[in-house]
Amino acid sequence: MTRDTSKREPILTARGLVKRYGRVVALDHTDFDLYPGEILAVIGDNGAGKSTLIKTISGAVVPDEGEIRLEGSPIHFTSPMDAREAGIETVYQNLALSPALSIADNMFMGREIRVPGFFGKYFRKLDRKAMERISREKLNDLGLLTIQNINQAVETLSGGQRQGIAVARAAAFGSKVVIMDEPTAALGVKESRRVLELIKDVKARGLPIVLISHNMPHVFEVADRIHIHRLGRRHAVIDPKDFSMSDAVAIMTGAMEPPENAQAA
Amino acid sequence: MADAQTAKDRDFEKGLDGSSTGVASFDTHSRSLLDQIQHTLHSHPAGVPLIVLLASVAGFGIILGSKFFSPFALTLILQQVAIVGIVGMAQSLVVLTAGIDLSVGAIMVLSSTVMGHFTFRYGLPAGFAVMCGLGCGAFCGFINGTLVSRMKLPPFIVTLGMWQIVLATNFLYSANETIRSQDISEQAPLLQFFGEKINIGGAVFTYGVIGMILLVLLLQYVLNHTSWGRHVYAIGDDPEAAELSGVRVRRTLISVYSLGGLICAFAGWVLIGRLGSVSPTAGQFTNIESITAVVIGGISLFGGRGSILGMMFGALIVGVFSLGLRLIGTDPQWTYLLIGLLIIFAVAIDQWIRKVAS
Repeated sequence: MTRDTSKREPILTARGLVKRYGRVVALDHTDFDLYPGEILAVIGDNGAGKSTLIKTISGAVVPDEGEIRLEGSPIHFTSPMDAREAGIETVYQNLALSPALSIADNMFMGREIRVPGFFGKYFRKLDRKAMERISREKLNDLGLLTIQNINQAVETLSGGQRQGIAVARAAAFGSKVVIMDEPTAALGVKESRRVLELIKDVKARGLPIVLISHNMPHVFEVADRIHIHRLGRRHAVIDPKDFSMSDAVAIMTGAMEPPENAQAA
Repeated sequence: MADAQTAKDRDFEKGLDGSSTGVASFDTHSRSLLDQIQHTLHSHPAGVPLIVLLASVAGFGIILGSKFFSPFALTLILQQVAIVGIVGMAQSLVVLTAGIDLSVGAIMVLSSTVMGHFTFRYGLPAGFAVMCGLGCGAFCGFINGTLVSRMKLPPFIVTLGMWQIVLATNFLYSANETIRSQDISEQAPLLQFFGEKINIGGAVFTYGVIGMILLVLLLQYVLNHTSWGRHVYAIGDDPEAAELSGVRVRRTLISVYSLGGLICAFAGWVLIGRLGSVSPTAGQFTNIESITAVVIGGISLFGGRGSILGMMFGALIVGVFSLGLRLIGTDPQWTYLLIGLLIIFAVAIDQWIRKVAS
């Protein structure tokens, strides 16, 4: 996969990103590449700056220096809304769902559909039927839910079900890139397995995915390439087929030098 | 090597092979009656106050007979709760965002004095003075909203301060002068518009009551059928999650407090109709009464749960108890005692319903 991708144009690139918080340098001229249709895992020790890197891409943090390009054209996000409008959806670790609201409400939060015609225009009436229908379709698309009640409050769902809703929302509206921050961190073994299947399903639909995770078995199972972040920069990019998990951890913590050819990818 | 390692690392998941793979099979097994009640109330937040309201109306009806169960007495309750009902709507909006507004009563009174004094002191047309009063209320709300959302100050503190500031402004500006009912009806009857009455077979509806009912229906629609309404709930539920899913939290919060202020000013106009006069000392207890209506109405003080209809039922419950107990002829302190019990009961029910989540 590593060799194939080098011939293609990356969909999302970052060059020389810098972010400082006072005297702390979170990103130190880091680079980033995501190719179409791949799952790129981002791993790194705590404090390596991987979450800052992801936040610059999802619009939550504005970098001090450097350039981000989406499909070749430079982008400047100042809020997560900007990134969403550009087609980059993020599944946050805390899921960003409103527990007391229904599944359909949550799927369409911030991008509700209004009924066509007079009532929609002057009374801003929401098209609940359409939103419920589309939510149901999107959940079914991912083979996710045999849902009985799309108007069920999210807080009545289990952790895995909630994660499913968040993933389905991102997959439904993300037209270019889906970013997932620790999607299995809060889940049990069985639910994690289902979410990994979901990630593969989303990939099968052609969307590239950035996966941030601490869980090495999960990373090695689904990732096509692994971006190893260390001390605020991209330390190496490796192919999970060529390295073992302990190698990856060794590179991540600095116990092992990254291989020469891995830098280039 | 890597593959073998991966396989080994996944050994622990082998036990899953035989287990069910459905991720979202929703539990449909029969629940106990209590569980069912809990779930029903969870999805219908106005249910409890409605049941209490109907039960209390029936109870007083049985005890007092036609003295209570007459069109006149029942519509009298509506007239008595009109002010609290309207202010309670402003309070509900703020409480739904997990805030609280202690300045509602003060904003109401200041707006009514502005309406009165603009007309009588400066000789402005009554219609224009009313607009100024409404604008004054919305502006006070806007200040609350800005301090809460931009400066990130706690709503309790901001509105506690605004309560004092607005009330003092009200006394300073009006010089504690009351404008007499007689003068208003001669020179500016528009100010008393909401005191006008319609009589239908013994049932008396003031325009204020009709205004309250229309406003409840309007807000019920807005909260449930527009994006803005859904965003209000989402912010009360979890402001960070709302922000990340694309809700403009600060802008929405400012609009909630501003609309709250505007509704309070409207209550000020209705207040002139109810009293007949413009009095800067009126409505001293409206703050607490509006919070009481909100709590008894099942709106959670932690935000995000409840409905405006519930608040209306809450206000009516208080009205039914006040009138019913007065007709029975008990010491009015019994009313306060019972309302106190109802508040604690309502919060206990709210906590119980929340447990559906886990």
